[in-house]
Amino acid sequence: MNVQMTIRGGTLVMRLKGDLDQASIESLKRKSVDIIDKYYIRNIVFNFEEVSFMDSSGIGYIIGRYTQVKNRRGRIIVCSMNSLIERIFNLSGLKRICSVVENEEQATKILEAA
Amino acid sequence: MKNEMHVSFSAQNSNVIFARTIALGFLVNLKISVNVLNEIKTVISEAVTNAIVHGYKNDATKLVEMDMYIDSEELTIVVKDYGVGIEDVEVAKQPMYSTKESEDRAGLGFTIMEVFTDELVVESKLNEYTIVTMKKRYHEE
Ligand SMILES: Nc1ncnc2c1ncn2[C@@H]1O[C@H](COP(=O)(O)OP(=O)(O)OP(=O)(O)O)[C@@H](O)[C@H]1O
Ligand SMILES: [Mg+2]
Repeated sequence: MNVQMTIRGGTLVMRLKGDLDQASIESLKRKSVDIIDKYYIRNIVFNFEEVSFMDSSGIGYIIGRYTQVKNRRGRIIVCSMNSLIERIFNLSGLKRICSVVENEEQATKILEAA
Repeated sequence: MKNEMHVSFSAQNSNVIFARTIALGFLVNLKISVNVLNEIKTVISEAVTNAIVHGYKNDATKLVEMDMYIDSEELTIVVKDYGVGIEDVEVAKQPMYSTKESEDRAGLGFTIMEVFTDELVVESKLNEYTIVTMKKRYHEE
């Protein structure tokens, strides 16, 4: 698992690459959890374009980040999911706490409009 | 054609991807749709992660066992650990139930296993074992 993180204003964009499972989530947490508080991140965009696999560990990770930003009235936007990941997403009810859009450009637009 | 395989590996997170990979390798000669293969990968990931994280609490000296059987377009996957066990399986299987919510767990592993397979049986004895058996029917293309 590889991640490219960009911070602009209160928004963290995470471009993920590889499989999202228990092993990769642990390294992802080490890289992201502290940064989100340190830079007072409100919004997080997860770009799944290069993620081919995700299981419930990934769902838990996203819920955890939502919990981190919700008190700052932030939001979570997920984009570019493949159909397998979208199925797991739908099953998890995650759409109640985050928005799903086609691509990163749309995600950025939504945040700029807010 | 019947076929089977048996493997055991250390209870560490890096072996979850190993388990997914050998499962796909075992099925490589079958013409199973990508969709079904993805479901199989996902349920193996769920069962094996549970064995490592919950059953063995990440104790890498312990071994997770995985068996796979193929028989007339039905795949059976068995994942076993001899760890802490589950007190009440029916409760554990409920959506959003997790004993480790503090660690960002969604409590969806069993739900995903249930939805992505045709049959899910969980047998467990406290402080002795947990055996997860999943059956998945497929049609060769
Ligand atoms: N092999 C096991 N040994 C002991 N307890 C288990 C095992 N598998 C599952 N459990 C128990 O059942 C609960 C529910 O499992 P499930 O996979 O549905 O959710 P989770 O693992 O807690 O979260 P998630 O899978 O969404 O990351 C676990 O929290 C754990 O208490
Ligand atoms: Mg689980």
